[in-house]
Amino acid sequence: MFLVPDPVVRFFHRMASPPHFYALTERLMPWLVVIFLLLAASGLYGGLYLAPPDYQQGDSYRIIYIHVPSAWMSLFIYVVMAIAGGIGLVWRIKLAEIVMISSASVGASFTFIALVTGSLWGKPMWGAWWVWDARLTSELILLFLYLGVIGLYGAMDDKRSASKAVAILALVGVVNIPIIHYSVEWWNTLHQGPTVTKMDKPSIHVTMLVPLLLMALAFKIYYLIALILRARIELLQRERNAQWVKTKAVEEGGL
Amino acid sequence: MALFDAFTAIVRRDLVLALRRRSECANPVLFFILVITLFPLGIGAQPKLLQAIAPGIIWVSALLATMLSLDSLFRSDFDDGSLEQILLSPYPTSILVLGKITAHWLTTGLPLLIVAPLLAVFLGLPNQSLSILLLTLALGTPILSLIGAVGVALTVGLRRGGMILSLLVLPLYVPVLIFASNAVEMAGSGLPVAAQINILVSMLLMALVLAPWPTAAALKMSINS
Repeated sequence: MFLVPDPVVRFFHRMASPPHFYALTERLMPWLVVIFLLLAASGLYGGLYLAPPDYQQGDSYRIIYIHVPSAWMSLFIYVVMAIAGGIGLVWRIKLAEIVMISSASVGASFTFIALVTGSLWGKPMWGAWWVWDARLTSELILLFLYLGVIGLYGAMDDKRSASKAVAILALVGVVNIPIIHYSVEWWNTLHQGPTVTKMDKPSIHVTMLVPLLLMALAFKIYYLIALILRARIELLQRERNAQWVKTKAVEEGGL
Repeated sequence: MALFDAFTAIVRRDLVLALRRRSECANPVLFFILVITLFPLGIGAQPKLLQAIAPGIIWVSALLATMLSLDSLFRSDFDDGSLEQILLSPYPTSILVLGKITAHWLTTGLPLLIVAPLLAVFLGLPNQSLSILLLTLALGTPILSLIGAVGVALTVGLRRGGMILSLLVLPLYVPVLIFASNAVEMAGSGLPVAAQINILVSMLLMALVLAPWPTAAALKMSINS
C-alpha cells in the first residue's frame, strides 16, 4: 500500500462506497449514452456505407461490424468478471461483487450475439449454419460457462455467499478457458472436417478497419452502460434497508 | 508426519464408509455399463460404426458416470456435520479435501477402469488401443474427480444442486474428453499417442495442485451460508 499515492487510495475507497457509486453513475450516464451513440453512428455509417464491398464476400461481410466486436466483448467481459470476482473475494468489496454478477448476463448476451451472427454469416459463406470449428466450439463452451455462473448465482438465496461462490467459479474458469480453447483448436486441426473452409485472415483494408475499431469502442461503452444500469438495480436491491436508499426513495419517489 | 496421518485417516474413513454402503458404490459402474449398452441399441449394431465411435462413447459415459457420483463426495458429510469438523481441524483443508477426493476416485474412478476392458470388447475396440484406453482412464478419471470436487463444493449447500452441477462441471471436462478419446482413437489406427498422454499427465498434475484450493474455499463458503 505504500507504493500507491494517497489520492488513488481515496478514489478507490470512495468508489467502493455504494451511495457514492450511485450518485456518480447517475451523473455519468448521459455522457456515456452520448458517446455511445456518436461512436455507434459513425461506426455503422463507416461500416455499412463508406466501406467498399469485399471482393469475395460482397456485402455480406458487413456483419463483422456486429459479429467481431461482440466476440471480443465476450472474452473481455469474462476477464473483467473474474478480476472483479477476485477483488471481491480478497477485499470483500461489495461493489466488486456487484460488478462481477452484473457482467455475467451482459457477457452471456454478447456471446449469444456472436454465435447467432456467426451462424447467420456462416450459412451463405460456408453453406452450413454450424460447423464444429475450433472458434465456434470454444465460444459455445464460453456461453455454457456464463450460464453456469448465472445459474449458480440464481440458485443461492444469500447473495453475499452466492457472490463468493460465483467468484470462485469465475476464477476456476479463467484458468480453464485457455486450456479449453487450445484443446478445442487442436482437436479440430486433427480432425479437419470436410466442410470446414479455413478462414484465412486477409489483411483488412483501412476503410474497413476503422469502422470496426469504432464499433468495438462503441460496444465497450455499451457494456459500461448496461453494466451500470444492472449494477444500480442490484445495488438498490441489496441495500434496500440502508439509510441512503430510503432517503433516495423519499427524494425521488415522493413517498 | 501428522499431516500425512490426517490425510490417510480421511482416506481410510471414506473407504470404510464406502465399504459399508456397497450398493451406493456400485451405482456409477452400473450406470457406466448401462449407458454404453444403450448406444448400440440407439444407433444400430453395425460393428464398423460401433468400433469407430467406441472411444467417444466410453469416455462420454465415464464423464457422465463420474458426474453422477460427484454428489456423494461431500453430501453425507455436509448433512451429518462431519464436514464442519473437517474444516475446523488444525490441518490445511486443501490436504484433507485431497484425501476425500482420493477416496472418491478409489471408489468410483477405479471401478470404471476395471470394467472398461469388458466394455471395450462389447464395442469391438481394436486390441492395440485397449492399453491406451486404460491409461487414459487411469490419468483422466482423477482429473474428473478433482475438477468435479470444485463444482460439488460450490453446490453442496443447495437443495436442488443437481442440474447446476452439470452446467458447472461439464464445460470444464471438455479438454479431458478431447485428449483422452483422441488418444484412444489414434492408438486404434496405430498412430503415436505420446503427445496426448503427456498433455493428460500435465493436466492431472495441474489439477492435483490447483483444484484442492478452490474446493476448500468453496466448502467454507457452503458451510457458512
